[in-house]
Amino acid sequence: MVDECTRKTLSNIPLLQTRAGPRDKELWVQRLKEEYQALIKYVQNNKESGSDWFRLESNKEGTRWFGKCWYMHNLLKYEFDIEFDIPVTYPTTAPEIALPELDGKTAKMYRGGKICLTDHFKPLWARNVPKFGIAHAMALGLAPWLAVEIPDLIEKGIITYKDK
Amino acid sequence: MSALDELQAKIAELKNELELQKSATRAARERIDKMSAEVVDSNPYSRLMALQRMGIVKEYERIREKTVAVVGIGGVGSVTADMLTRCGIGKLILFDYDKVELANMNRLFFTPDQAGLSKVEAAARTLSFINPDVRIETHNYNITTVESFDKFLNTISHGGIQPDTPVDLVLSCVDNFEARMAINTACNELGLNWFESGVSENAVSGHIQFIRPGETACFGCAPPLVVAENIDEKTLKREGVCAASLPTTMGITAGMLVQNTLKYLLNFGEVSDYLGYNAMNDFFPRMSLKPNTQCDDRHCQERQKEYQARPKVIAEECAVEDDTPLHETNEWGIELVDDSPPVAESTEASKEVATGLRLAYEAPEITTESVPTVAAAANVDLDDLFAQMKAL
Ligand SMILES: [Zn+2]
Repeated sequence: MVDECTRKTLSNIPLLQTRAGPRDKELWVQRLKEEYQALIKYVQNNKESGSDWFRLESNKEGTRWFGKCWYMHNLLKYEFDIEFDIPVTYPTTAPEIALPELDGKTAKMYRGGKICLTDHFKPLWARNVPKFGIAHAMALGLAPWLAVEIPDLIEKGIITYKDK
Repeated sequence: MSALDELQAKIAELKNELELQKSATRAARERIDKMSAEVVDSNPYSRLMALQRMGIVKEYERIREKTVAVVGIGGVGSVTADMLTRCGIGKLILFDYDKVELANMNRLFFTPDQAGLSKVEAAARTLSFINPDVRIETHNYNITTVESFDKFLNTISHGGIQPDTPVDLVLSCVDNFEARMAINTACNELGLNWFESGVSENAVSGHIQFIRPGETACFGCAPPLVVAENIDEKTLKREGVCAASLPTTMGITAGMLVQNTLKYLLNFGEVSDYLGYNAMNDFFPRMSLKPNTQCDDRHCQERQKEYQARPKVIAEECAVEDDTPLHETNEWGIELVDDSPPVAESTEASKEVATGLRLAYEAPEITTESVPTVAAAANVDLDDLFAQMKAL
């Protein structure tokens, strides 16, 4: 179910321990700290291994997240905005990561540009509540999605390289 | 035909079209204060009130005192709302944050001219036109976000026809796990009965599940129970699409949902706890699910304790007035299969689900062993973490 590469990525992201969602006042603050720590570690790992691929930050309450992710294809860097809300049922349900600018450009998306996850993601997430956090959703949800969809969208000419 | 005749015919045709246009914009009928059982062409309730005359339903008119919240006005929810409206439900509260799109036209209810309108607004217009007696309230937001969830809780706990009463029933017609869990959380907290419904992403199966907090398994008690379609995963092609849909499967699922809603609200027949539909072989598996005493939802556990403490009402014998034994003579030679649905305990990961059903995935293993790496978050300051993240 989980390939070697994913297993390796996962082993480098710290697991979380507080089972709390955005409606749990103080416990949520604790959870949010764990989220940030896991994310910081994950980004640092990526930088060290030369596979840096996203940045994220949140509002003060930690309920709304936004940032950027990028994908290298034929030595060109394609960048996209990321946004998502933390659902009231988090962490029982994973966040629904969206790339709004790709909304309507691929069938592998739900309304609002929410990415369509594989059949494996939800069971894997369910089995790891509350240990998985946002960093895990990025590694197991968004990273494989980009790897499949972006080359395809580039090939079809639906997205083109923008020089900044 | 002379040119004059042709012109006259053309004028008559245009007049007709104009009349049609005009009638489409005005209400088709006035409101009716009391449901009448009178059998006349002009009575929209005569065929429903006939249920009472035939002894199926005791007091059909009680439907006018009932409030139903429908969450998700898509392929299943819109048809559900349509059916309830035609049945003369007292009040409908509709929730959705999506717009009508041309891509929805393979489903029932919405029409192409409504593309671009919010689903709740478009639905409210059509429904009020079909039956002006139904009170319709619309809510255009995503119930899973922190801000909207409180509005949702407040609406379903105070939205009943009588002031400050909860709705009688919540119907989940959403298409995603997050929204189902949000409804589950709300109904467990409020102790409100609700139906979960769903259609599979390959469009060839559907199900409904009646959840009475504390009494039957909640949506979080076990992994979702779905219809086993026996389609080889390897032959199911997923490339390039998220989900397929058929108006048939959605219509049948909405029918199962509203049928059981009516049985529950008007107290007739037997309400199914879980009813599946497999379109591949036209099989309708049925079962009951007991709550999981280890459920992750604290409110589910509280509702379970309350339910255990309550004196049990002994199920009323089916009111069959005819006392000759059923099926004494069997002139058609039909064999009955055991028709009482099997009951599963979600505690044991519901390994024994009824034939034709399966759990969407294996139940999570409950492990207490210490996890290898945990972010030690003891004395860290959140603002420092924000800053660290920004500096990366
Ligand atoms: Zn439960």
